[in-house]
Amino acid sequence: MPQNPERTVDHVDLFKQPEYTELFENKRKNFEGAHPPEEVERVSEWTKSWDYREKNFAREALTVNPAKGCQPVGAMFAALGFEGTLPFVQGSQGCVAYFRTHLSRHYKEPCSAVSSSMTEDAAVFGGLNNMIEGMQVSYQLYKPKMIAVCTTCMAEVIGDDLGAFITNSKNAGSIPQDFPVPFAHTPSFVGSHITGYDNMMKGILSNLTEGKKKATSNGKINFIPGFDTYVGNNRELKRMMGVMGVDYTILSDSSDYFDSPNMGEYEMYPGGTKLEDAADSINAKATVALQAYTTPKTREYIKTQWKQETQVLRPFGVKGTDEFLTAVSELTGKAIPEELEIERGRLVDAITDSYAWIHGKKFAIYGDPDLIISITSFLLEMGAEPVHILCNNGDDTFKKEMEAILAASPFGKEAKVWIQKDLWHFRSLLFTEPVDFFIGNSYGKYLWRDTSIPMVRIGYPLFDRHHLHRYSTLGYQGGLNILNWVVNTLLDEMDRSTNITGKTDISFDLIR
Amino acid sequence: MTPPENKNLVDENKELIQEVLKAYPEKSRKKREKHLNVHEENKSDCGVKSNIKSVPGVMTARGCAYAGSKGVVWGPIKDMIHISHGPVGCGYWSWSGRRNYYVGVTGINSFGTMHFTSDFQERDIVFGGDKKLTKLIEELDVLFPLNRGVSIQSECPIGLIGDDIEAVAKKTSKQIGKPVVPLRCEGFRGVSQSLGHHIANDAIRDWIFPEYDKLKKENRLDFEPSPYDVALIGDYNIGGDAWASRMLLEEMGLRVVAQWSGDGTLNELIQGPAAKLVLIHCYRSMNYICRSLEEQYGMPWMEFNFFGPTKIAASLREIAAKFDSKIQENAEKVIAKYTPVMNAVLDKYRPRLEGNTVMLYVGGLRPRHVVPAFEDLGIKVVGTGYEFAHNDDYKRTTHYIDNATIIYDDVTAYEFEEFVKAKKPDLIASGIKEKYVFQKMGLPFRQMHSWDYSGPYHGYDGFAIFARDMDLALNSPTWSLIGAPWKKAAAKAKAAA
Repeated sequence: MPQNPERTVDHVDLFKQPEYTELFENKRKNFEGAHPPEEVERVSEWTKSWDYREKNFAREALTVNPAKGCQPVGAMFAALGFEGTLPFVQGSQGCVAYFRTHLSRHYKEPCSAVSSSMTEDAAVFGGLNNMIEGMQVSYQLYKPKMIAVCTTCMAEVIGDDLGAFITNSKNAGSIPQDFPVPFAHTPSFVGSHITGYDNMMKGILSNLTEGKKKATSNGKINFIPGFDTYVGNNRELKRMMGVMGVDYTILSDSSDYFDSPNMGEYEMYPGGTKLEDAADSINAKATVALQAYTTPKTREYIKTQWKQETQVLRPFGVKGTDEFLTAVSELTGKAIPEELEIERGRLVDAITDSYAWIHGKKFAIYGDPDLIISITSFLLEMGAEPVHILCNNGDDTFKKEMEAILAASPFGKEAKVWIQKDLWHFRSLLFTEPVDFFIGNSYGKYLWRDTSIPMVRIGYPLFDRHHLHRYSTLGYQGGLNILNWVVNTLLDEMDRSTNITGKTDISFDLIR
Repeated sequence: MTPPENKNLVDENKELIQEVLKAYPEKSRKKREKHLNVHEENKSDCGVKSNIKSVPGVMTARGCAYAGSKGVVWGPIKDMIHISHGPVGCGYWSWSGRRNYYVGVTGINSFGTMHFTSDFQERDIVFGGDKKLTKLIEELDVLFPLNRGVSIQSECPIGLIGDDIEAVAKKTSKQIGKPVVPLRCEGFRGVSQSLGHHIANDAIRDWIFPEYDKLKKENRLDFEPSPYDVALIGDYNIGGDAWASRMLLEEMGLRVVAQWSGDGTLNELIQGPAAKLVLIHCYRSMNYICRSLEEQYGMPWMEFNFFGPTKIAASLREIAAKFDSKIQENAEKVIAKYTPVMNAVLDKYRPRLEGNTVMLYVGGLRPRHVVPAFEDLGIKVVGTGYEFAHNDDYKRTTHYIDNATIIYDDVTAYEFEEFVKAKKPDLIASGIKEKYVFQKMGLPFRQMHSWDYSGPYHGYDGFAIFARDMDLALNSPTWSLIGAPWKKAAAKAKAAA
């Protein structure tokens, strides 16, 4: 049917029309050199088998559908949480186009970063000239308060020396001598985006705090959120600390950057941690990292160079938040106020309302290591049973920590922890040992389609659902959000599987 | 065309450009100056330089050769496996980013929305990745037996560490009995996506044409030729564009024997040279292979434009003119069939859109090809520019645009924002990196790379959707919500006083 402007159909319905389905069939049969449908069906069934799983897990060289990115995005993410900071990526320019695009697609917000646009000549002679020019141009055009430099793999392979290049750029007059230009080498062939976060965080803190150590503590607590992409989380942390009366500094707070209001004018650098506060973080009482695997080098640096106490505390789920608040109370001497206890009670109340739908439900999860630990721990508290835990960028330390958590829970006995595996491995796990639901980022939707297993979207990126990133997952309030997403996904799915009138709608209950 | 008052507009816009350029340091200003201009009627090109290195630090929207080869040209070939060879990021950050629609069972006989990578580690950089690549190709042929072939898409390190991917391609191709195509599309090569297109085109010539020659020589081409065989080239089927175009070509009696590369297959790549005529939509990304087809097989090729009813009808007639009277009559029938629908679309939307202005900044063919579609709706283009054009693109642009249109090549974020602030267009049509900047300014915006998750926009079916989408952007009530009423009232009072 030709279009009717009163009811224009786009790709969603247009290609279901018979003239298009005929076009597809004609193309397939006559021109594509396609495999016969029965052969496609046979192979499709085979990929669901144990035999396929064994072959799939025997892979040594091939990665298919990974669940990790490369370092510079983590570095950019860390940098963008500081006031007036422009990330400057030394190397090929295409990377920066991808990084900005990815972050913009997730947040539906602007994301600014510049590249030194290195090409063949820089590959031969090095990227010094690119940096000297790039520093001058970006400083003058975009008027940042700080430029945070990281690298693409091109600059790493040819061995660009950022420290020397930045000094050269300053000596060449591109930027003032006292202008802060922290840097981090972020090779894409080492670690993942969470490694880049750590490297840049360490780079920024060491730059800004240089010579700022005072004899007395400022009494504050530093919080490092890690590669946590929920803008609601830093806001929730601030609220909780405000209620407790704790004086704190969040080191890299991108919540306003990635959730700026629409007031009719574009602001290039909304919000962020004040540079003077970051500089004074060296004088804090203690630093609390809310993630472990995004901060090992940073914590080591703080411990050894600042001689400051560091802790890892994950304020997620009931126990995680309990432990966090208790530890912060001990560190600061501030009591945990009744308001937070009431919130805790509300979360526990909500859990007891919903637990029956979650208890004994088998689930699988993939994502970054700290996210997996936080979410899995919370679900264990509610009696859910993890089966497959897959962490593409997890290491042996993560595996041990995760296994200890599982061993400590009667609901964790069945779970197996997979590190350095990808989402094509995950597919085999889901087909051979199915679960009731799985948790992952938007890339998981292909697995949802293939396996029909209900999916709860938690992680980064979230491209195909709007506004999930705005919520908190942190603290008791964040726990309510996670609970809501999990239990209502299960109930939606139950309705979907009981909605055929007269056939399957016996259990299509109004009240659950 | 040009109203006399536009004489002043040319000068005014030239002054604007000079004003914007003042923000640059001198050396960089001199470089950028060559890429910005104002179109003056009767000039043979737009008066800008292009296809030159981006100035470091300016915030260019450009991508790289890998994006041009893997992302644009080869990625959409659905029954081949395209390896992002090198570190994990390039393929991960771009995974499923381009909406090249295809029909197929993903992971079984089609692989378009998947990400295959050699996930380079430090040891691969130090010791080289050829062995890993060989093993990887063996592994993927076991796990994905219905793949028709493999392409190796090089990321930056490959060319820097001296790997011999051509040797691996030849060896593994024999091993698995399928084409394995190596691409030297490292991101540092060239100045933008554009060189990646060229490299990708040349790989078709060097690694796929021989397959055609061999099959032809051995008389094994699975193909009954007809006088009406065409190849549809340079359409990546964003949101289904190529299908909406193919529909019209088939309706006029032509046989589309190959789609390059949206919803394309290896078989269509191989049998492309058997067509009688090449129809190319995106000239920028696939003109190279048209020239190769012409040189090697004597195939004629022609450009066309399927955006908006004016250009679609003109293009259908131009295409039909290459064939016999039967096809020419059919083309008239197709135009006649869709004219009432198009009139209904225009009757509905033109009154709602007429008199609006738009500024464009996209890549490929769109900075010129979509201009007539906007004009069909009464929307005037006041500025346009290309991410990665060459001089031939700017030459092809002059007859699409009006006097005094601002032209910006490889525009920087700073320049684009300043032009928009000065010219105050009603709509911006550009990409994701620009979208939220301008929406924060309260300006309606449509993504012109991904069709903002809508589409198709090609063909008659596509134009109805294009019109709907421009209307929903421009006439959305949401824009009027921006700004607190008390602030607006205060500003008004202040202005009155």
